[in-house]
Amino acid sequence: MISSVKLRHAVAWWFVGPALLVIAVFFVAPVLAALVMSLTDFDIYALADLRNLRVVGLSNYLELLQRPLFWKALGNTLYFVVVGVPLSLAVSLGAALLLNSRLARFQPFFRTALFAPVVTTIVAVAVIWRYLLGTRYGLLNYALGAIGIAPIDWLGDPRFAMPAIILFAVWKNFGYNMIILLAGLQNIPRELYEAARIDGASALRQFRYVTLPMLAPILTIVGILTVAGYFQLFAEPYVMTQGGPLQSTTSILYFMYEEGFKWWNLGNASAVAFMLFLLIFAVTLLQLRHARRGERWR
Amino acid sequence: MMPRPAAIVVNGLLLGASGIALFPLLWMVSVSFMSPGEASNYPPALLPEHPTFANYRELFAHAGMGRYLANSLFLAMAATLLSLVCNVMAGYAFAKLRFAGRDRIFKVMLGALVIPGQVAMVPLFLLLKHLGLVNSYGGIIVPALASIFGIFLVRQYALSIPDDLLEAARIDGASEWRIFALIVVPLLKPIIVTLAVFTLLGTWNDFMWPLIVLTDQELYTLPVALASLSREHVQDNELMMAGSVLTIMPVLIVFLVLQRYYIQGLMMGSVKG
Repeated sequence: MISSVKLRHAVAWWFVGPALLVIAVFFVAPVLAALVMSLTDFDIYALADLRNLRVVGLSNYLELLQRPLFWKALGNTLYFVVVGVPLSLAVSLGAALLLNSRLARFQPFFRTALFAPVVTTIVAVAVIWRYLLGTRYGLLNYALGAIGIAPIDWLGDPRFAMPAIILFAVWKNFGYNMIILLAGLQNIPRELYEAARIDGASALRQFRYVTLPMLAPILTIVGILTVAGYFQLFAEPYVMTQGGPLQSTTSILYFMYEEGFKWWNLGNASAVAFMLFLLIFAVTLLQLRHARRGERWR
Repeated sequence: MMPRPAAIVVNGLLLGASGIALFPLLWMVSVSFMSPGEASNYPPALLPEHPTFANYRELFAHAGMGRYLANSLFLAMAATLLSLVCNVMAGYAFAKLRFAGRDRIFKVMLGALVIPGQVAMVPLFLLLKHLGLVNSYGGIIVPALASIFGIFLVRQYALSIPDDLLEAARIDGASEWRIFALIVVPLLKPIIVTLAVFTLLGTWNDFMWPLIVLTDQELYTLPVALASLSREHVQDNELMMAGSVLTIMPVLIVFLVLQRYYIQGLMMGSVKG
């Protein structure tokens, strides 16, 4: 009996072995290597001959903090996150509330239609939007023209490029959180609303005192995941603006990509990647703490 | 009975929102059948005057679209099939088999989920270069062979398999592999389909990694090819829309057919993750 249990332990390793090996070699090891590389001056010369590699300590990080473009990229990314995430969540919640309404008809059709942009290929829809946002022939400006707004150079004007990318990202992503929030709404017991109605609560007060508190745990999770995702902005500016105009849409990842795979400053690129990770990690912790404090209050 | 005003508002808003969600996609399809230059008329045309396949023909004849389509199809299917084998085996083992350090390893893996994949990209590129996999299909497939998310998804589902069922099979003398193949896999079928759809769409739509690891144009996937074409053919609105149709339609169809499974995975992945 004991030997058969031992045998089962051995067999179990055959089940997990391949997956663990792949994750260890192609994910865990590279992450650790990135930390080491960020402390070196790994560049195109080291790429050719590793003897050119020197350990430089934290100087990659310190130099980055003195590069205006890094701060610009950081600022742009924060802009995208701070405006894009709340907007995205608001649209997701609005759509979920509409779908959850007892008055809504053809619910499966509307749900699929609203979700469709999520599964599309980001590069392809970014190409579509680039034309829709065109200054002269773009349909958006045409529609705005109909209500008397002069054409806007959406992707060519540094003031409008990031808002345009945010609009695009909201359109592309809101369906994802909508589905999760919809499930959350459907789990709220109907009796709670009945009780609130009997107490004479208006629809708005029901939303404020029943829906929102019941949805809070899911909203926290969805918020954390969305923030982490939005920090990883890359394909949108790559396809729609190439980081411009005047670097107004250069994100941290775009900066990392150019630093690493265009200029082959791989040590620097690793430092950028690590700073992005630390940033996401810190913001996630903040959100969690904030959520816990909110829970205690309730 | 007359519909209540509130019902009109709710359904009107839903209709409007769906219109906004679908319009860019419908416009893409329509423009892809226009003749060159037609979409740049003023006022903008919504439907092609003389629908034509010319853009599609041009893409396949001169832009190498057939090649990119084949690359994308092959990579998405290969990565999906191979990673399913690794992830399903591992996910089942983490749920139902006993081995030293099982729960600790699983906790560490869940913790690693907070690390964005891009952190690993630079060293991963060097590693694959060292292995001779940069600029080859292997550069895409090999790192995708297993995923923490996939293992997690399968494990959560596999927890519901009753232990008695597995024990009974063991008492009957079935080997662990037989049990896995004949009992476990059929029970896991829904989550396998879910994970397959996720991996398929994820690989098909992925952009940053293929952009980095595939430098030879012959190997480009559709998104990489489309991004590069769109930089060359900025003016060729209609051509680019045909390219977008070819890139989006396959995943959209897979999603529509297997929607139920996809949504289920989305719920499991985020509500419990």
